This record gives sequence, C-alpha cells and structure tokens, in this order.
Amino acid sequence: MINIFEVNETNKMIEQENLDVRTITLGISLLDCIDSDLDVLNKNIYEKITKLAGNLVEVGEEISREYGIPIVNKRISVTPIALVGSAACKKPEDFVEIAKNLDKIADEVGVNFIGGYSALVSKGMTSAERLLIESIPMALASTSRVCSSVNVGSTKTGLNMDAVKLMGEIVVKTAEMTKDEDSIGCAKLVVFCNAPDDNPFMAGAFHGVTEADAIINVGVSGPGVVRTALSKVRGENFEVLCETIKKTAFKVTRVGQLVAKEASKRLNIPFGIIDLSLAPTPAIGDSVADILQEIGLERVGAPGTTAALALLNDQVKKGGVMASSYVGGLSGAFIPVSEDQGMIDAVENGALTLEKLEAMTCVCSVGLDMIAIPGDTKATTISGIIADEAAIGMINQKTTAVRVIPVIGKGVGEQVEFGGLLGYAPVMPVNGFSCDDFINRGGRIPAPIHSFKN
Amino acid sequence: MKKSIITVVGKDSVGIIAKVCTYLAESNINILDISQTIVEDYFNMMMIVDANNANKNISNVADELDALGKEIGVQIKIQQEDIFNSMHRI
Repeated sequence: MINIFEVNETNKMIEQENLDVRTITLGISLLDCIDSDLDVLNKNIYEKITKLAGNLVEVGEEISREYGIPIVNKRISVTPIALVGSAACKKPEDFVEIAKNLDKIADEVGVNFIGGYSALVSKGMTSAERLLIESIPMALASTSRVCSSVNVGSTKTGLNMDAVKLMGEIVVKTAEMTKDEDSIGCAKLVVFCNAPDDNPFMAGAFHGVTEADAIINVGVSGPGVVRTALSKVRGENFEVLCETIKKTAFKVTRVGQLVAKEASKRLNIPFGIIDLSLAPTPAIGDSVADILQEIGLERVGAPGTTAALALLNDQVKKGGVMASSYVGGLSGAFIPVSEDQGMIDAVENGALTLEKLEAMTCVCSVGLDMIAIPGDTKATTISGIIADEAAIGMINQKTTAVRVIPVIGKGVGEQVEFGGLLGYAPVMPVNGFSCDDFINRGGRIPAPIHSFKN
Repeated sequence: MKKSIITVVGKDSVGIIAKVCTYLAESNINILDISQTIVEDYFNMMMIVDANNANKNISNVADELDALGKEIGVQIKIQQEDIFNSMHRI
C-alpha cells in the first residue's frame, strides 16, 4: 500500500516543483468536413469540433481536481488546413475565413490554442498550400488562438528551398502585421523539418493524415522536479546523474500516462501518445536551463552545454519510454528562450548566443524556439536560419523547427514582452553577413544519402 | 474498490483529526487507514479512505475539505489513489 512518504513526495513535486501535465491535446481529423463551398466547409468544421471537443475543458478540469494535479492547457489540433481548404479556397482571404472560424470555435470550447493552420510542403507545394502559406500573416494578425506551422523538409524528401525562401518572407510579414503587439504573430508560427503527426505541443501541433478520426495526445512536463532531484546528487559521477534523471522522468511520465488514459476514457476518444518533453515555463524553477546549471554549468551556453543537454535529453527518453505505452510527438527537452528564465538570464549575461543555441538543437527537441531577433533582419537571413536548422533535422533524422520573432522597431538588447506562457525575451543579435544568393537559387536540396534505406 | 488519499499538512494544533473525521463521518466517507507524523512542528497526516458511498461528489468533497483546512489553518487535499500508484508502483 502507498505510504505517507510516497504521497508526500508526489505532492511536493506538484506544490513546490511545478509538476504538471502541460497539455491535453485533442487531435481531430477534418478530412470529412471537406466541401467545395467555403460556408459549408466552415459549418462542417464548426459542427465536428464542437461536437468532439465540447466537454474537453470540463473533463480536463475534472481530472485535475480528482487527482490533484494541474493540467495547464487543453488544446485542439486539426488536420492541416491546406488540405482541408484546398477545394474551397481560391484566394488567401478564403483561408483566413477558416482561421477566423477556428478562432471562434477555440473561444467557444474554451481552449487557449488551436493548431493545424498548416501546410506540409517538404517536397513541393500545391497551389492551395501556397495560398495557405501566403495567408498566414493575415490569419495570425486577425486571430488570437490559431497556431500555424509549415513543414519545409524531411530526411526522406530533402529540403524544399522554395518553401524555405517563402517562409522567410512570411515570418517578416507576420511580424509586420502584428507589430503593435511586439510581432507576437511570429510566436504562433513554426517552420519544421521532419514534423511529427502527433505532436501535442503548440505552436507546432497539427493532426496528421496518418492519424485516426480523433485522438488524445498528452504532453507532460516537470523541469523543476528533475532539477530538485539533481540537487540531491551534486558532485556525484555521471552514472548517478543519469540514473537520477531517468528515475525522475519515469515518475513524471507515469502521471502523464494516467491522465491521458483517464481523459481518453472520459471523452471516449482513443489515447494516442505521450510526448516526453521537458517543457519550461517562465515560472521560477520551471526551467530547463536550471537543470543544465545543476548538472554543472555556470550558465547555459558555457562549453559543455551541448553535452549536458544531450545526456539530459537521452535520459529523459530512457526513463519516460518505460513509463508510457506509446511515446511520440517531439519527446525531448525544449529550449525556448522567452519561456525559460534561466535561458533569458544566460542571454542577458552574454553566455548564450544564437550559434550556441543552434548547436544545442542538434541534440534535443526541437529547434530555435521563441527567439527574439532585430526587427530589421532580412527575410533571406531568416530563410538562411530556417535552412540551417532544417538541414540539421534532415541529416540527423530528427525534428527541428524555427520559431523566431523579428520584433519590428526593436534592436539588440531591447526587451520584448509576450505575456503569459510565452514570457519575455531580450532581442538577440543575428549574423549580419548575407546569404541572399544562396536562398535565391530556388528549387530543392536533395534527400541525404542515408535516407535511401530500401 | 477505488480508494482516495486525504493529506493534511500544517501547523499542529488541538483537534485537527477530530474535525477532519467529523466531516468525513457526516459525508459518509469511510476511513480505512490513518498514518500521522510530526516533522519539525508540522502536522503531517495521510488517510486512506473509501469515498465511493459518499453523499456528495468528489469535487464537492475536495472543495469542502479545502475550506475546512483554511478554517483550521492547515492544507487538506483529497486525491484519487491512482496518481500515487502510477508514480510509485510498476
């Protein structure tokens, strides 16, 4: 039987170390909503989502109360809208109508984000996909809860450099269209390579076409729990360090598994996957950077950071895999800058640069995340950053992503406030040398040799 | 049978157990096990209870225990046992 010490350990994790379930994300296929009439399509989407997700928030809160574990976000992901709207949308404005509809639905069912305003163009773009991408700035400027993502490459297909070029321009345009709010539109736009179909985390969540009609995916968290556990093994060798991370990740993930199963049962929707991610928030102590410092770095960005992050990421997976029946999504440590106080401090102290962050993305999920850059950064430079990150993903057969925010009207050293879970960030310098001729070539970068496994 | 765990943590004072138990009796919640310690003047109690026949739903019980805790000056929580079993038992 459970004893008082075990009960206290669990409750201490929840009350003092920010253990929570970060998100229950309900993935919904909209393929059966497709219609060539935009109004009918929007009506079908409204009916399907409100029917399936009507009591998502209520059930989430019920579970949270009964088990005494906070469930921070309840969210929805849908089939990439470029597919859903392809028959009905003849111009970018048509896609924006779908975005507004999704925004309204999200508000009505009470979820804070709805993901899937997406296009998967890793090899080529259909005309509908191009229209959707062109509509992204307008869609993000006229909605508050819609999240957008574009997959521009994969290990199997190589990189679609036309899409990479276009996305650089789209990021800048999105920044401009939301410049009154510190270019916040870009915080809801992710450019992926090897995007997973079942990721529950925003802003990159969408419900892939390989998925069932509806599915529950859960993202767990708990950087504070890992850091506290590690503070008890200071000075011990790597074996002890790794064992401690593994055991802690196991415990954290088991809670996620329980919540996922329970949500699945109560909503009568099948359980998909647990995403084993260490997802920080701006709250003090809820930081991946703090874990890296606890492992032995003075500041994140110091030599040794990439190795420390690599071992952290690997041990989290090893512990988590046994705790859950199905693991998927992004599963790794997140290193968003604005959402992690330790990362922000490291940038402000000059310990952490964009280049070091890029190196770190080679060994963790996901990529250059929530990084504020100067508002006058050129579109081709952003495309160059996207290409670099996508190349890392393509070659290493992992998911990578770019979510940078060129903050219009702000320069290096100034601060940007996004608010809530998105936090705040100092504007970071970007290498100013040009990559125009490289980006302007157009076409595709072929798939790497090790993708030919047949 | 589904069991729930009640935890009471806070500064020790007279009558904590009595008040909690009275509430549980009134709510038709059966106590299966109690363990209690004092750590550095802090009262620390865990009860395993059967709330399946309670005369109110578990959300109400959680709210009322929370309110009772505030009245006595301690923190009282009720949680389903599964969360602890999941974390500490394979």
